[in-house]
Amino acid sequence: MNAPALNRREFTAGLGAIVVAFSLDPKLARGQERLPGSLQDNRRLDGWIRVNADGTATVFTGKVELGQGIVTALAQIAAEELDLPLSRIKMISGDTGQTPNEGQTAGSQSIENSGTALRMAAAEVRAILIDLAAKRLGVAADQLTVADGTIAAPDGRKVGYGDLNPDLDREASAKASPKSPAAHKIVGKSIPRFDIPGKVTGGAAFVQDMRLPGMLHGRVIRPPRYGSKLDGVDEAAAKAMPGIVAVVRDGSFLGVVAEREEQAIRARAALLKSAKWTLGPELPDPARLFDVIRSLPSKDATIGVKEGAAPANARTLEAVYTKPYMSHASIGPSCAVAEFKDGKMTVWTHSQGVFPLRAELAKALKMPAGALRCVHVEGSGCYGHNGADDVAVDAALLARALPGRPVRLQWMRDDEFGWEPFGPAMVMRAKAALGGDGKIADWDYEVWSNTHSTRPQSTDGTNVLAAWYLAEPQKMGPPTSPPQPAGGGDRNAIPLYDFPRQRVIHHFVQDMPIRVSALRTLGAYANVFALESFMDELAAAAGADPVAFRLAHLNDPRARAVIEAVAKKAGWTAGEKGDGTRGRGIGFAKYKNLACYVAVVAEVEVDRGSGMVRVPHAVAAVDAGLIINPDGLTSQIEGGIVQSVSWTLKEEVRFDQSGILTRDWASYPILTMPEAPKVEVELINRPNERPLGAGEGSQGPAVAAVANAFANATGKRIRDLPLNAARVKAALT
Amino acid sequence: MAINFTVNGKAASTDAPPTTPLLWVIREDLKLTGTKFGCGTGLCGACMVHIDGRRAFSCQTQISEMAGKSVTTIEGLSADSSHPLQKAWLAEQVPQCGYCQSGQIMSAADLLKHNPKPTRDQIVEHMSANICRCGTYQRIVRAVERAAREA
Repeated sequence: MNAPALNRREFTAGLGAIVVAFSLDPKLARGQERLPGSLQDNRRLDGWIRVNADGTATVFTGKVELGQGIVTALAQIAAEELDLPLSRIKMISGDTGQTPNEGQTAGSQSIENSGTALRMAAAEVRAILIDLAAKRLGVAADQLTVADGTIAAPDGRKVGYGDLNPDLDREASAKASPKSPAAHKIVGKSIPRFDIPGKVTGGAAFVQDMRLPGMLHGRVIRPPRYGSKLDGVDEAAAKAMPGIVAVVRDGSFLGVVAEREEQAIRARAALLKSAKWTLGPELPDPARLFDVIRSLPSKDATIGVKEGAAPANARTLEAVYTKPYMSHASIGPSCAVAEFKDGKMTVWTHSQGVFPLRAELAKALKMPAGALRCVHVEGSGCYGHNGADDVAVDAALLARALPGRPVRLQWMRDDEFGWEPFGPAMVMRAKAALGGDGKIADWDYEVWSNTHSTRPQSTDGTNVLAAWYLAEPQKMGPPTSPPQPAGGGDRNAIPLYDFPRQRVIHHFVQDMPIRVSALRTLGAYANVFALESFMDELAAAAGADPVAFRLAHLNDPRARAVIEAVAKKAGWTAGEKGDGTRGRGIGFAKYKNLACYVAVVAEVEVDRGSGMVRVPHAVAAVDAGLIINPDGLTSQIEGGIVQSVSWTLKEEVRFDQSGILTRDWASYPILTMPEAPKVEVELINRPNERPLGAGEGSQGPAVAAVANAFANATGKRIRDLPLNAARVKAALT
Repeated sequence: MAINFTVNGKAASTDAPPTTPLLWVIREDLKLTGTKFGCGTGLCGACMVHIDGRRAFSCQTQISEMAGKSVTTIEGLSADSSHPLQKAWLAEQVPQCGYCQSGQIMSAADLLKHNPKPTRDQIVEHMSANICRCGTYQRIVRAVERAAREA
């Protein structure tokens, strides 16, 4: 919602005033009451909501629009509790100069954290307004009615929010009760997204499209592979090219700035050609990748243990599954605009976390955080930690060399594919004992994975690419993994099923031969693939129907409900078998074992000759608690399934010992429209349950459904992703 | 030497070097940023425009080829966002991130111009030149069908 500002002067001029006007850095005193959602760390009411004299409200969120519709959904929540029409809500999101610090917009947590904070803050502001109106009108608060920002007494006298001038410079109490779901008028409606009109008319919608007065264009020149050192480059030749303003070098970081974008691109090509590098260490041999991952040093944690009696006379099954490195593969390469002026740096960025990025910029540029401002402007979808933060630092390094001139820097396609942090390759080993009653008696599961987050704001290090290549290089911070129950590489590694005895081991692999970080769902996609594939293998061994087999091991009523709903909607018949080329499968997960419940039934068509697999149709059932925006939720599930089908059928970052090989859409193809499934989504609304994030809920169930459908169709199981033509042909011959 | 052509019905002129891709002239000289840079190799469709009424990858079209030609960009598709496809895109709430969507709309507009009542298969086949990472494909199909119905 931060329009790529053509009114930049205005907001730059206001920056100082905004910063001193209110503080967003509360000191958390000991013994303070715990407040819900992101209110806990951002406790001032006016940090979230301000009521303006014109009767509008300005609503602040630290979460940012990534194309998931979050800003509209949060506005719905605030408008609902404030009793204001949406047209009188102004949203400000992700700006270190203005908004609460809510860390990253990630993990499907925005509705839960920011939404909860706004719900409670807005309810409290409404209560404060009613108290003020009661005094003004001389009527007891409980005699007043509120509609559309106007408070009315029984005798017809009225006062508008704009006349009440509430003092919100106070700590939130979270004591005001939000509305009951039955009273909702805006929450629960498919409100059209605010950000869509600009995106269908060519309006200014993206940081890639910002055009500031005097703005220059930058490009960066990266080495052939990780860890290389720049020995020399013909800077003079590049500087002599048309339009070139500067070549910026700091150690092995190399960039170029030009008057026009295509001039920067041409100079980049020339610099790439003349640059001489001492190459960094070789990458692992891809043929041995999964052995390498299992042999690297790891920190091991045993999680999800259930100590039951060891089964007697049980049949044991075991299987190993793998998932390759995958790219975020954003359609638009990452971009940022930076301006260094009067000792202060402003960076417009599509980062998922403007505050963490600011912390990293401060380290990389050796500047105090107070001299840095990061403002979120939408970019191409990121689906996790792509090049957004890196390019922001690249742009700032170039802008620092040219004070007073804004520098816009967009990566090239091959920068994005070659240098962004990938979703890690993973190995999953599942072993289970099947009792005489056809039920699982023992479950044993291990997962090997690198970290799924090398995001900015490392505790000890600097987690942005350029910092590692400066003349005084900084180091990447130590790898970390979120603890259970959310988990990282072990996300969704603990089954939701009720097994009498189980053990899960997370081998958190420390060395990272290939740069990795958060890709949508973290480890959940691979763990749900393995776990739910293995459930089908066990069902087959037990001679049971996959749907019935799951239900026989599952007590959680909401989990059962989505499985039953999807089976019904898909017209699932017990024991249905594929015909050699067509088949169907099911997959289920409760994302993170904490968020939304999703079950998917997918249909596949296998061309046995070419090895091509198609997914023509998928059906999903979803329980995300209280639904804020039904169409927004449906859109997230549809898109999640299509993206997961793309990962599952096609995607694999390829490399050899010389470096990353997949550098364009020809070598890293994604699903096209003819290959995309028709997706049907059934929503189960639970108005009395808290709203749950859903942006990452469908990808795990979808991969499992596709893998199980392939096995159902052909009688052959593929345990290594992706299910590409070579693997399919190998499996079928 | 200046190259003269037409963009969204207005005369345009550039003295950019002849090998300069049309994309940069549209974005840099004309400040029409609805047309996106995605890959620079004609593989994603984010840069799609119309040249003399047919869709074309502006990243693959050199400015030297443009003399006397007529270009339409997303900004010129309608004067007031009223093109049936733009209305349908809103009605179906198609975009997620939206980065590919102006290219998608320009491809779809080319289809409907020459085939006002396409079948679903024809839509899907035609639109295969444009990729979307957010997975909005089925909403795109629905929006094209709606535009064809309501136009």
